[in-house]
Amino acid sequence: MTSAGDRAATQPSFYHTKGKYSGILSWILSTDHKRIGIMYLAAILTFFLIGVTLGLMMRINLISPGRFITAKTYNRLFSLHGVIQIFLFIIPGIPASLGNFFLPILIGAKDVAFPRINLMSWWLYMIGGGIVVLSIFTGGGAPDTGWTFYAPYSIRTTTNISLALCGVILLGFSSIFTGLNFITTIHRLRAPGMGYFRMPLFIWSLYATAWTQVLATPVIAITLMLVILERFFAIGFFEPALGGDPLLYEHLFWMYSHPAVYIMILPAMGVVSEIFPTFAKRTVFGYRAIAFSSLAIAFVGYLVWGHHMFTSGMSDFARVIFSLITFMVAVPTGVKVFNWLATLYKGSIQLDSPLLFSLSFIFLFSIAGLTGLTIGSLSLNLYLHGTYFIVGHFHYTMFGGAAFGFFAGIHYWFPKMTGRMFNERAAKTAWFFMFIGFNILYFTMFILGLQGMPRRYFQYLPQFRTNHIISTVGSWILAVGLIIMFGNLIRAIFKGKKAGMNPWGGKTLEWQIPSPPPAENFETIPVIEHGPYKYD
Amino acid sequence: MIEPKMDNPDEIAIKERGDYTGAKMGMWIFLFTEVLFFGVLFLLYSVFRSRYALDFHASAKELDIFFGTANTAILLTSSLTMALSIALVRKGKKGLSILCQSVTIVLGIIFLINKYVEWGAHISSGIYPHSALLEQMSRGKVIFFSLYYVMTGLHGLHVLIGICVITGTLVFTAREIINREDFVKLENTGLYWHFVDIIWIYLFPLFYLIT
Amino acid sequence: MAEKELAFAVVRNKTYVFIWLCLVGLTVLTVAVARLHLTSYAVVAAMLIATAKAGLVATFFMNLRQEPWVLKIMLFLVLFALTLIVLLTFSDVSFRHG
Repeated sequence: MTSAGDRAATQPSFYHTKGKYSGILSWILSTDHKRIGIMYLAAILTFFLIGVTLGLMMRINLISPGRFITAKTYNRLFSLHGVIQIFLFIIPGIPASLGNFFLPILIGAKDVAFPRINLMSWWLYMIGGGIVVLSIFTGGGAPDTGWTFYAPYSIRTTTNISLALCGVILLGFSSIFTGLNFITTIHRLRAPGMGYFRMPLFIWSLYATAWTQVLATPVIAITLMLVILERFFAIGFFEPALGGDPLLYEHLFWMYSHPAVYIMILPAMGVVSEIFPTFAKRTVFGYRAIAFSSLAIAFVGYLVWGHHMFTSGMSDFARVIFSLITFMVAVPTGVKVFNWLATLYKGSIQLDSPLLFSLSFIFLFSIAGLTGLTIGSLSLNLYLHGTYFIVGHFHYTMFGGAAFGFFAGIHYWFPKMTGRMFNERAAKTAWFFMFIGFNILYFTMFILGLQGMPRRYFQYLPQFRTNHIISTVGSWILAVGLIIMFGNLIRAIFKGKKAGMNPWGGKTLEWQIPSPPPAENFETIPVIEHGPYKYD
Repeated sequence: MIEPKMDNPDEIAIKERGDYTGAKMGMWIFLFTEVLFFGVLFLLYSVFRSRYALDFHASAKELDIFFGTANTAILLTSSLTMALSIALVRKGKKGLSILCQSVTIVLGIIFLINKYVEWGAHISSGIYPHSALLEQMSRGKVIFFSLYYVMTGLHGLHVLIGICVITGTLVFTAREIINREDFVKLENTGLYWHFVDIIWIYLFPLFYLIT
Repeated sequence: MAEKELAFAVVRNKTYVFIWLCLVGLTVLTVAVARLHLTSYAVVAAMLIATAKAGLVATFFMNLRQEPWVLKIMLFLVLFALTLIVLLTFSDVSFRHG
């Protein structure tokens, strides 16, 4: 494909292609999946940093409760932190940004199946995000219910729930349409010769994720609509005084929000599945096992939501079933971990920053998964539900897992998206601070949880103080790492050394086209003759 | 992934500009999301029904079977005319297709008028969420009517959206943007309309017939 | 996208009208059965008839009959997923209070 690269070098990159519009309109009205991916990436990372700031403020409160922040404000802080990090950062996360940019390229297509719907998804995301931000400053102010909006408090509180929920519902539709687009694209637009089992594993993960987006998100859309209707019309489904059942709200909420965590993690697993073969210079071990386990995780993950409700009053029968299925969902993840390690074994390891992030992904996500088994056990859950143990667990999964995987992908594909290379030493330094800071910040939470510190509490008994201080210091170290990482990447966009077509020596299709790619990706659609990681 | 079928004498060949199969797949996936969307409401209905069985039986008596049955017949017929309109366009019979689409729209409007009359009757007799009358009733009845308003209301909204979209396809058919070679927009609209019909097929017995 | 000739059978008008008659007939049936006051079996009967009607609409009006296997499998999986979440919810709701 190198001749195609030479010929295409004369084509302008997608940044410089002349389209129907110019200036900012050429971006916000573009149906080019690459521009949409970049716009998503910028917005997603901006919201991430806002969410991080909220988190840092929470941690500052927790070294000296009440000194800087009131209890009411604290409730709003953790609610907003959750809403922003979950609905505006990590759920759209990889699929909307890296997925949009690379899905068509990796399957040898020129764009997704429905480019205009893709643009609509981005607009829904931006408007939804805008409405969520607006809800902070209007009406009763930011929600104070937690990102979980549990009834009946979410029905009774005077904070700006309805507006915030409208924003979240729009974000949900953005996610649904992205999933719809990806499923159709993967079924219909693969290049000739690319059978399903010659697709890169990132595509398999996006496929599994897309089905979850399509089948789980509508559940929360209708549920949040019902909360809004409840607030305005007192319809009563979740209000005990009117004959409703708050536990039903929890069922419906988690029916989406648990599969949502698989929307978060599956693409990250897909990203590291791309990185390991490239940096070990070996084909991936157990390709089909990894592909099928993506589907298995999505399917089984759809059925475990009750493990968020073990102490809420569910029947014993339900609790046993949900606990059992929760244990089962760990199996395909384990399959992946072992296959990744086997891919690295006896490989020619090139320890660059994408691999560093991917390796730490395995480490952090394993801790996450093992602690997940802990709280998946009914007996232990009774003590640990609602404590900092849970907070530690989900930050290891969502941040240590999904976000670190996201950062791995950003570093891996940075040269392809921007045509420039970042400073590798700075990247490793950033990683180092992030890794150390992360573990200090969140591992301490496991200890706090076991000691009995409840979550979402604005203040605490004196015996928890030391660990809270340690945790907050960890957050500062993590913040330093994030600053270095973002600084490095932003600087590289403008001043980085020009990167070639294939700086890492990868074998998948994106490395056969120029960096950055031209508008139509491929001059001619490639014909695929073998699997994706052909190192010999 | 091409599906050639050359055995039926009634076949019409389609020029595949854009992806015909892909466009339909996209629509079907959208309908899957709607299945889950309404599915949650049906789940809520079943849970509350199992809890308040007697109240649900009693409340259903307040609904008029005549209206319910009439609306069912109306929607089923509109599905027929919608399906016919697609077959007619594919045979090149533009005028008849437009006629069928118009009938579909009219039937949809009649459905909504019926709904308006029904709701009006209930509201004027004091049965609506948070009304004084409803507060006095048993909790099961409150939930029944809340479900009634939410589910038929959401369904009615979907009917309204469908009517608007079919108005659009009618214009497109008149302008021959939808024609015998390129009719997927009409087919997808039909899929949506049939789905709305199916939701009503389930709503009808659950609210009107279980007494 | 390359232009491809796609052959696809048009459904006869007669078929559509016949299915419509079946649907109307089933509607009459479901109203009649409701009058029988079967109490707890009323729901089951009504749902069976409704599913028959929905099946006819999906198979003939929505042309599922002629759609590729991929789509039929997808639909099956979606309905299967919905069934599972209903069952799992009832594993709680029906078994509370010991």
